[in-house]
Amino acid sequence: MKVMLVDDSKTMRTIQRNILLQLGYKEIEEACDGQDALSKVSAFAPELLLVDWNMPNMDGITFVRTYRAQGGRAPIVMVTTEAEKTRVVEAIKAGVNNYVVKPFTPDSLSQRIGETLSRLKAA
Amino acid sequence: MDAQQITSFVASTHQVFTTMLSLSVTASKPYTCCAVPRFENEVSGIIGMSGDVQGMVVLSFPTTTACNVIRSFTGMDMDPTSPDFADAVGELVNMISGAAKAKFEGKNVSISCPSVVIGKGHKVQQPSDATCITIPFECPAGAFSLEVAIKNAKVAAKAA
Repeated sequence: MKVMLVDDSKTMRTIQRNILLQLGYKEIEEACDGQDALSKVSAFAPELLLVDWNMPNMDGITFVRTYRAQGGRAPIVMVTTEAEKTRVVEAIKAGVNNYVVKPFTPDSLSQRIGETLSRLKAA
Repeated sequence: MDAQQITSFVASTHQVFTTMLSLSVTASKPYTCCAVPRFENEVSGIIGMSGDVQGMVVLSFPTTTACNVIRSFTGMDMDPTSPDFADAVGELVNMISGAAKAKFEGKNVSISCPSVVIGKGHKVQQPSDATCITIPFECPAGAFSLEVAIKNAKVAAKAA
């Protein structure tokens, strides 16, 4: 499965990459903000995206809206410090499939990824 | 700034260090920033807050503590002059600020992307119209502090 990590922090992308590698996902692409991600989604064709909210140039919520408007259908897990209920609702409305609040444990991220993919399979 | 907001920062720092670094932290009694600091700031991660709560949050370390903390966070030894080191410090203050603001009930608050300052004895000038509180912490990686200078926007508008 091809996974795209969208986060302006290289540290956070590396942490997420290591968790994904442990879960057996080997095809991983990284993007440092929403603009960078938009420029890479066509060529990479991700089957799952992990997207941060607060990023320079283009934030995560704008990226999600744009990606969905352009017909992007891959499931998106938002991984962010934005924990308020209003933000979660806003993200879901924009087209996010699941939500992980930072700080997270490897188990909680794995669980959310598993949930997201299972729901999609069942649909 | 009220006591509950300070408690939120203590709780969020504890949460970030325990969850992402597997380090337990102990907070000591907060003091106003004009008091003599316990150590010279050498590494600082800075986040701005805007919206219903406005101001600045600064996570400061001596270099040795910062290196120990970043090793726990990333699993790697990093040169404090490398961009990756600054990135990791920025992500720490980002998570602490984000987790704290989530506990501000009924407030709509945004946080900026983090900035990081590295250099011996630097001082981050906090906004003059907000009370600055330093929360001292101890953890197995060493001592560090969180400076919080925030104000509620309505109070600021009244004062203006």
